[in-house]
Amino acid sequence: MAAPMLRWCCPGRRFAFARVGCGSCHRRGPPTGSTSNGKRGQSTVAQQPHITAQKPRKGEREWAAVVGLEIHAQIASNSKLFSGSQVHFAAPPNSLVSFFDASLPGTLPVLNRRCVEAAVMTGLALDCHINRKSLFDRKHYFYADLPAGYQITQQRLPIAVNGSLAYSVSVGRKPSQMVTRTVRVKQIQLEQDSGKSLHDDLRSQTLIDLNRAGIGLLEVVLEPDMSCGEEAATAVRELQLILQALGTSQANMAEGQLRVDANISVHRPGEPLGVRTEVKNLNSARFLARAIDYEIQRQINELENGGEILNETRSFDYKLGFMPEPNLPPLLLYDSGSLPPGADPQQVIDIDRLRERLPELPRVTRERLVRQYGMLPEHSCALLNEVGLLEFFQSVIKETRAEPKKVTSWVLNTFLGFLKQQNLAVSESPVTPSALAELLDLLDRKAISSSAAKQVFEELWRNEGKTPAQIVAEKKLELLQDLEALEQLCRSTLEAHPHVVMDLKRGNPRAINKLIGLVRKATLGRADPTAIKEVLERQLSS
Amino acid sequence: MSVQASPTLFMASASAAVAALSDVITFKRVARLGEDALRRPTGSEMWARAVHLCLRAAARGRRGFTSKADPQGSGRVTGELIQHLERLSLVDFGSQEAVARLEKAIAFADRLRAVNTDGVEPMESVLEDRCLYLRSDNVVEGNCAEELLQNSHRVVEEYFVAPPGNISWSKLDEKQPFPHH
Repeated sequence: MAAPMLRWCCPGRRFAFARVGCGSCHRRGPPTGSTSNGKRGQSTVAQQPHITAQKPRKGEREWAAVVGLEIHAQIASNSKLFSGSQVHFAAPPNSLVSFFDASLPGTLPVLNRRCVEAAVMTGLALDCHINRKSLFDRKHYFYADLPAGYQITQQRLPIAVNGSLAYSVSVGRKPSQMVTRTVRVKQIQLEQDSGKSLHDDLRSQTLIDLNRAGIGLLEVVLEPDMSCGEEAATAVRELQLILQALGTSQANMAEGQLRVDANISVHRPGEPLGVRTEVKNLNSARFLARAIDYEIQRQINELENGGEILNETRSFDYKLGFMPEPNLPPLLLYDSGSLPPGADPQQVIDIDRLRERLPELPRVTRERLVRQYGMLPEHSCALLNEVGLLEFFQSVIKETRAEPKKVTSWVLNTFLGFLKQQNLAVSESPVTPSALAELLDLLDRKAISSSAAKQVFEELWRNEGKTPAQIVAEKKLELLQDLEALEQLCRSTLEAHPHVVMDLKRGNPRAINKLIGLVRKATLGRADPTAIKEVLERQLSS
Repeated sequence: MSVQASPTLFMASASAAVAALSDVITFKRVARLGEDALRRPTGSEMWARAVHLCLRAAARGRRGFTSKADPQGSGRVTGELIQHLERLSLVDFGSQEAVARLEKAIAFADRLRAVNTDGVEPMESVLEDRCLYLRSDNVVEGNCAEELLQNSHRVVEEYFVAPPGNISWSKLDEKQPFPHH
């Protein structure tokens, strides 16, 4: 299966080494930047970090890269997958650990209903086939943070298979040139998280905290349909948004709730796939694309220098012992047609009911925003891309009479600009939706000019507790409503500057702007330029 | 006998069964099917693994198997296989006696192959007809750090200190492959 060749999916990379994986020419070139924390094959060539892109050389053949992902998302549930201890991010070490989590003898797993529902909902959102019967297995390996010596997972028959995930990449320099790509979802399975090990270098020992051990994970396996770091990062971002919209996972990479392993290989188009290497435990969205591209470039360099790609993890993989989990019978799911009559609703899961209760998915939300408010697709993307921004936007829309386009522009440009400048989240904003709505109302009524509105916004941002109306009154920013006074000012300006008037009459169209500027100064900036222009033109033509 | 590291329910019962002086390992179902029918787990690898764990106990100098089976010429265990097993199970096969026991144990378990299981579905769990109980998502356990930490030999500020039990990969590589016939 050859990777799709794209024209230009990675415009303007921040770290400019030769383009990789996205269909344009893949050249040899020194990899830059720091190495990722993944396992690597042997590299025989030492490279100097080098930050220029190399020009394509004639006659060089191209490379295609293939990227598959295994994404682990922590399920947002109160308790763990197989035990009743709490799921919480920060807590004293080993305080959220039950006897089962500590793998004490005589304890047994008891499946958490919420985790199964989370898995089914995620499967439905990704268009998967939900297996009515799925099985649990044990994956054996030795590690200090895995007290049982095995992880309960669903290798043989997972809960959901054969879905797809759609995401958009930009294919040109303009943000509006977006194209939808799909990556197949191989399967979704339920599995346990392991504990955390902290290495104490000073005393050369490893400390174990089992708070995380046993938390439910959704493993989402994406087929190698992606061809560069940017595609992979975009797919992960979309999955993140879906999980957050469903509420099945908070998917916060920084808190370790979403972890990604990438499988990467390169090959010449038309030839069979190359040896793949694994880059594990990527837990930063920004780093993801870079690490993948780095690995792609490393493999290309390696192969072009006549070396070969060695896969250390592959040899480890087939040694892992899998066996069925003997303490858990098969997991059976039902739909409205197959529900056993008189069954305890607590004990059965109805896929159809879950499907009915699925919240609106990001893709649908974006389309709805475009339809409902006439905004551009990239605006709807931007609204969904920031936590809480969509809710803020919708609150403002509800309270203001201003046009949706105005609201969109103010929220995405002014409001978001201020947030980003001070590195704040929407929840930390000093300006409330009501305040912005009030401001936009004033603007809509033409009570103030747009430049005055910006001034008011700045004042609001300082959060001194004043409303927009108060600020306008204090700073005397109201637009001149008195038409008489405006007419008088215009007339006096025209009289005071006869040469400009003559200039205008002679045919210089720019002279009018000078006049407008003069009138504005006279009104202390409180007159709307368009109104001024109107009055002046009327007076001049009479 | 005690089994170290990861005594799973299945393994523990399997080891006990193998070590017991019985030729036939019975499950609940067997009585219904008749004496000759034995349900066999998928893959003989699983049984080989059960044997590994038994062997660990044996290798630590406990009493060996009183196996009635003759080594059925299933072949010697090669040095390569020993290394592979050591990596898998992190058990140190430190003596020729251990290897011999391993070979005997494998031969013993191999007798399962004599059973004809054509057309018989492998049973993975004795619970296969049961309903999988679903627990509601409430917090009912935890908050027993003190109790749990008492189980650990070494503790640092409420963290378990990982025992140096795992043989690190580097150490394994340094070891000479065990010379045997």
